[in-house]
Amino acid sequence: MTTRSAAPRSAARRDFLKASAAIGGGLALEFSFPMVANAARGGAATEVNAWVVIHPDDRVVVRIARSEMGQGTMTALAQLVAEELDCDWDKVTTEFASPNEHVRRKRVWGSMSTGGSQGVRSSQDYVRKGGAAAREMLVAAAAAQWKVPAGECTVDRSVIAHAPSKRKLRYGQVASEAAKLAPPDPKTIALRDPKDWRIAGKPLHRLDIPEKVLGKPVFATDVSLPGMLHASIAQSPVFGGKVKSLDASAAERMRGVKKVIRTDDFVAVVADNWWRANRALREVKIEWDTGRNAGASDATIMAMFREGLADPKLPEAKKAGDAAAAMATAAKVVEAEYSSPYLNHATMEPMVCVAWIKPDGFVEVWTSTQNGEASLATAAETAGVPLEKAEVHKMMLGGGFGRRGGPQDFVKQGVLIAKAMPGTPVKMMWSREEDMQHGYYRPASLVRMRAGLDAQGRPVAFEAKIACPSILAVLRPEAIQKGIDFSAVRTLNDMPYDIPNQQVYYAMRNGHVPVGFWRAPGLQNGIYRECFVDELALAAGKDPLEYRLAMLKPGDKNRLVLEAAAKAAGWGAPLPPGVFRGIAMSDGFGSFTAGVAEVSVNARGELKIHRFVVAIDSGHVVNPDTCAAQAESNVAYGIGMLYQANTVKDGRIVESNFHNFPLPTIADMPKVELVLVPSGGFWGGHGEPGILSFGGAVLNAVYAATGKRVRTLPLKPGDLRKA
Amino acid sequence: MLKLNVNGKTHTVDVEPEMPLLWVLRDVLNLPGAKYGCGIAECGSCTVHIDGEPERSCRVKAADAVGKKIVTIEGLSQKGLHRIQKAWIENEVPQCGYCQTGMIMAAAALLAKKPKPTDADIDEAMTNLCRCGTYPRVRKAIHAAAAPLAKVTPPAKKS
Repeated sequence: MTTRSAAPRSAARRDFLKASAAIGGGLALEFSFPMVANAARGGAATEVNAWVVIHPDDRVVVRIARSEMGQGTMTALAQLVAEELDCDWDKVTTEFASPNEHVRRKRVWGSMSTGGSQGVRSSQDYVRKGGAAAREMLVAAAAAQWKVPAGECTVDRSVIAHAPSKRKLRYGQVASEAAKLAPPDPKTIALRDPKDWRIAGKPLHRLDIPEKVLGKPVFATDVSLPGMLHASIAQSPVFGGKVKSLDASAAERMRGVKKVIRTDDFVAVVADNWWRANRALREVKIEWDTGRNAGASDATIMAMFREGLADPKLPEAKKAGDAAAAMATAAKVVEAEYSSPYLNHATMEPMVCVAWIKPDGFVEVWTSTQNGEASLATAAETAGVPLEKAEVHKMMLGGGFGRRGGPQDFVKQGVLIAKAMPGTPVKMMWSREEDMQHGYYRPASLVRMRAGLDAQGRPVAFEAKIACPSILAVLRPEAIQKGIDFSAVRTLNDMPYDIPNQQVYYAMRNGHVPVGFWRAPGLQNGIYRECFVDELALAAGKDPLEYRLAMLKPGDKNRLVLEAAAKAAGWGAPLPPGVFRGIAMSDGFGSFTAGVAEVSVNARGELKIHRFVVAIDSGHVVNPDTCAAQAESNVAYGIGMLYQANTVKDGRIVESNFHNFPLPTIADMPKVELVLVPSGGFWGGHGEPGILSFGGAVLNAVYAATGKRVRTLPLKPGDLRKA
Repeated sequence: MLKLNVNGKTHTVDVEPEMPLLWVLRDVLNLPGAKYGCGIAECGSCTVHIDGEPERSCRVKAADAVGKKIVTIEGLSQKGLHRIQKAWIENEVPQCGYCQTGMIMAAAALLAKKPKPTDADIDEAMTNLCRCGTYPRVRKAIHAAAAPLAKVTPPAKKS
């Protein structure tokens, strides 16, 4: 926040680009920068600090470092800045901070990584201070002009007032003077108490919605540049395979085809439109060296997991008390095995990257990324230029869910293609089939759990063995500690349940299928655990809610959300005939959550989810309506998870499109009720927590409805049919 | 050369007759509102109106659209926002927004046929896929968009 310039550089740069686009004869470039269109219009704007740009007419542009993929973080972060800035919300717009400028300004915008429901919770402190610092500078500038102490001035919606002399100045009138002042020491900045919030904490309209409703070209897939070509790519159907040979003679003769590009890892066809590129790609005869993975299948992967569970020397992910001894003397031992498949993120917008290597070597990229900095680094490295000679234009994401963060494969490919077409912008987009079969999948896993109950049915010992590929081994091997990947063991090695003896082992079995962070990484463990807890309650002859409460200490926030969800759902109250309830709880991503599902299963064994009540304690709530939308979103994602699977045969993913990787439709959607119970004092997320209790609650309700305990996902037709 | 009537204007395009309308709109006519999601008419992100019917443009050959009136999200409303778009904004429907143009086109076609659709009508007509789960708000916004019209028109017949 210490570096300032007279004008916002990104806006200025975009002004230039807009101007050159106008000269170049088209609106082509203009619509590539939808978020700045308003900001750049109408006179010189002043950057007060990195977060706040103010126009002479008081319009405020808030810079957003995180990516917007539908989760609403752009609006929530703008609310936090505007709250402390004390500006007129009706005059607030946003723009994404430039990754290139971010590098040149010593990472002034903090983290650009957008995942783990981090957007608000891990940047709230510095973005609020950014807004507050700008306010202090604006007030100081007005006070200096009036020659009065700043402490005598007040601010209300972008208007600074000095009551004793009855004078007023608008932010737009003092912004350029304010920008010249030294910023306040962040340590001295006092932030507003959330109970006094006027902009934050309110269900304000999201800023990105009008453009999306109008169909404005806000996505990377919509980018259009003068002379731009289009590319479609094919990678080895068996993960890790290499191009052995190819015959592109037929494809090269096809209409519109400009070039067939071969690398070790993929073949791309570049053409004058995407359909022609993709059609010609099908005519390229590619021989793949599929390597040693061509024999892999679901059966070999399951065998690998089973071998993992049998390994006597597994690293410990948790040890408390003496589980083995307590198990040996328990009155009753319950044991169960749970498993689930690999899952693709299936963002509606496939992987896409527009890349352009300019004659001077500068590489410019437009992409849908959850991490602008990682995209910049990938683009620069691939192009072989320093970071300063690359720029990434962060577009709206057509879904992210973790796919577009860690792995930057699509940026690397886009830039490699652009390198083969120097001076020409190329938009590379994957076909849906490519996207479905070349993901970074939610890991498949197999988990065996055992619990020992005492004579009263209380659990005295818990043991879990987790066989699951490691995401960190793919994305951040240095973060693996003593053989443990936290994302593979969470929810089982950090249970809030008060069980004195616990032992959790992790069998890292990686296989050849690339894995990655999928909405709420480690989520499957929460489903297994909460279903297993219901199994224990059944063995103990106890009500599932009472059984859980008995294992939670008074004041535990898990307990509070459990009680809130149960109360809102009317746990224990009569239900319509044929409708049954299930309950589950699981904390994660900074928040505490519990949910109650109401389901019915018809004679054909078809499951209908009628209602899902979810209670979330995220400490603070910045935009309750966006949180509600995220709860709905998590339910839809959760329904998909119950039915979807990416299966492996001959080393490749079998599913290819939405006909065999089903997404729920509007008719499948239950009533979703979010109960916000923010208890203050901490900041939790909302992008993922809503899904944490969903699967467990639904499957526990399914058991109540059918007496069938589902321990293997996905649900298959007939699984729930009455015997 | 094919003549296509898109959003009230006639365009002459030099494309293969079998080229899907979606790609003519996106890459030839620079109308990127209709989106590619699957290419097999499963997801509906590419929905446009052809002679008033909601069609999945990824599976409509350009030649088959000749002589028909094609309307895309860019031409849905000639003046200001369509009431469906207003309802979408009021009800904060989109999340990522990628499927929403198709969703809006499907909803507009539904309302044109059934001014006051029931939940069952919505379930039947709105088969578009959304990965973000905007479904509850899609339903709410369709009902909201239907409401003002219902005041000035007789109740819709059950069909």
